[in-house]
Amino acid sequence: MSSTRVLRSEWTKIRSVASTVWTLGLAVVVTIALGMLISLLVKNDFDNLSANERRAFDPTFISFAGMSLGQLAMIVFGVLVVSNEYSTGMIRTSLAAVPQRGKFLFSKIAVATALALVVSLATSFAAFFLGQAMLGDHRAALGDTGVLRAVIGGGLYMTLIAVFSMGVAAMLRSPMLALGILMPFFFLISNILGNVPATRKVGQYLPDQAGSKIMQVVSPIDDDTPYGPWGGFAIMVLWVVVAVAGGYALLKKRDA
Amino acid sequence: MIEAVGLTKRYGAKTAVYDLSFQVRPGAVTGFLGPNGSGKSTTMRMILGLDQPNAGRVTIAGHPYRSLPNAPRQVGALLDAKAVHGGRHARNHLLCLAQLSGIPARRVDEVLGVVGLQDVAKKRSKGFSLGMGQRLGIAAALLGDPQVLLFDEPVNGLDPEGILWVRNLMKRLASEGRTVFVSSHLMSEMALTADHLIVIGRGQLMADMSVKDFISANSADFARVRTPGTEPKQREKLTATLTEAGGQVLPEQDGALRVTGLPLSRISDLAHDAGVRLWELSPHQASLEEAYMRMTQGAVDFRSTTDQRAGLQQQLAAPVLAGQPPVPGQGQPDWYAPPPPQQGGGQPFAMPQPAPQAPQAPGQPNPYAPQPAATPASPATPAPAAPATPPADLTKPGSKPTTEDA
Repeated sequence: MSSTRVLRSEWTKIRSVASTVWTLGLAVVVTIALGMLISLLVKNDFDNLSANERRAFDPTFISFAGMSLGQLAMIVFGVLVVSNEYSTGMIRTSLAAVPQRGKFLFSKIAVATALALVVSLATSFAAFFLGQAMLGDHRAALGDTGVLRAVIGGGLYMTLIAVFSMGVAAMLRSPMLALGILMPFFFLISNILGNVPATRKVGQYLPDQAGSKIMQVVSPIDDDTPYGPWGGFAIMVLWVVVAVAGGYALLKKRDA
Repeated sequence: MIEAVGLTKRYGAKTAVYDLSFQVRPGAVTGFLGPNGSGKSTTMRMILGLDQPNAGRVTIAGHPYRSLPNAPRQVGALLDAKAVHGGRHARNHLLCLAQLSGIPARRVDEVLGVVGLQDVAKKRSKGFSLGMGQRLGIAAALLGDPQVLLFDEPVNGLDPEGILWVRNLMKRLASEGRTVFVSSHLMSEMALTADHLIVIGRGQLMADMSVKDFISANSADFARVRTPGTEPKQREKLTATLTEAGGQVLPEQDGALRVTGLPLSRISDLAHDAGVRLWELSPHQASLEEAYMRMTQGAVDFRSTTDQRAGLQQQLAAPVLAGQPPVPGQGQPDWYAPPPPQQGGGQPFAMPQPAPQAPQAPGQPNPYAPQPAATPASPATPAPAAPATPPADLTKPGSKPTTEDA
């Protein structure tokens, strides 16, 4: 069985369920809208900022502020794409049709990743331009140093969050379990671990903490992060690879 | 052709299938029967390579499923009618399966027509009834026009018209030379559909024979004779007379006698000569359903008990039926009388001797297999109220099987 067939089949699966449109649509809207809102608030508040805060002012990063919430919708997308198969029992039909389980899982992840990448990049660029429009005089231009990298990086970050969720969902199978772990982790726990000084040393290596470094153009004051934008991105990629490999190993070993 | 050899599957301490060997031949509908939880679905999943057996192997056309080239074009399966994404259209569900095996979209519309779902092709399967779901599952199995078809309980939830349709579909597929393997827990349905039967209980093979053999082995004619209930002596007298005349007499629970080996007219004559009055003399044929129930009653995992409603009773003057059932099982809703005695004293459920018994793997004696003489339904001991030796409890963690390493 050729891989193109499996890819085409997975594409049919992903486009024929409503959850795809809903989750991705929500990710786009939330990321852009919240980014615009926060950009607008910051612009209006800019005169009250301290000198230090002005020096560390990163207009690019601020326009991505909506991603902290928008990524949750990406997580739901990633989880549902994989765990739908389990919650509906479709997995048996799928695996009976594609006995090569690796081909099944990687085709599914490839199709979902490609879709997520397109949506994420579009979101990232839209969030940047609309956010900068809100910032008015304080805006950054796409041609400024590091800005294009940050904008593309924002799209990659959102994509990788979705892929990471796919890997975790493949390991856990149950959508409720996967969401119950991933949502609070990315929304709360990771932020707390990454910002409390005591746990920061560990927290900064978590996938979202490391990965979001790529969206920064101006480093914060007294930044002691031991990795740069691409270093952080590499750390996130490593997390994703581990999650997907874990999902594959379990799928291969387990009874369907 | 599906071939299973020594198939064994354990889930933790629970053995779902033990040392199961059988062949499913092309050109016939093979029924796969067993009570709930007897391992039918597990076996089906192993055939499809979804579950990995702990021991033994199962092949389709000589290959394990996972190494079949383009499996969906060779094997079609309906495992679970509800195993579809409810938010997806029926047509899209079939389309994504068709694309996997390079089947053109035209074929999707064809099979939708075959199963009669063309009008709801663009409806989300969430709103489907169980019967519609079954039809969708059957459509998926037919997609690749495969030579081997597996159906797990295909008639569940179908209306009578649908059941008839499935029955004819199976027969037609088999008559085209395909291998059709259908599981069911309904003996009556299989008696009408199948040519060959494989019966399992608690994951072990109980019968592997043609339906014709099964019927002739299990549905012996008998006469029911009832003497006046007020006079037990008459009953004893008649029993003696009939036995003397060469008949086999078996008392039934309600006091009647079950007589085989003598025609009705002879029974009547003998009773008349002995001066015994008869209240009933009627011809009977043990139904296949009953034969199947008797065969599997020792292997039923989930058995209902009589509803005493004790938890609901306020206060009863007299205690109800304290310690009533003298024999375990008797009086329960699904307890079946022992089998009718057989002319010639053959074992009613024994497989015909030149049976297609799969070769036992050498050096792996089956510690669970009931010895032929101790089959629960052995006619030699006509009152095995409790199955004399129920096929040993496979769930017992203590009984370590010998094939642990496999």
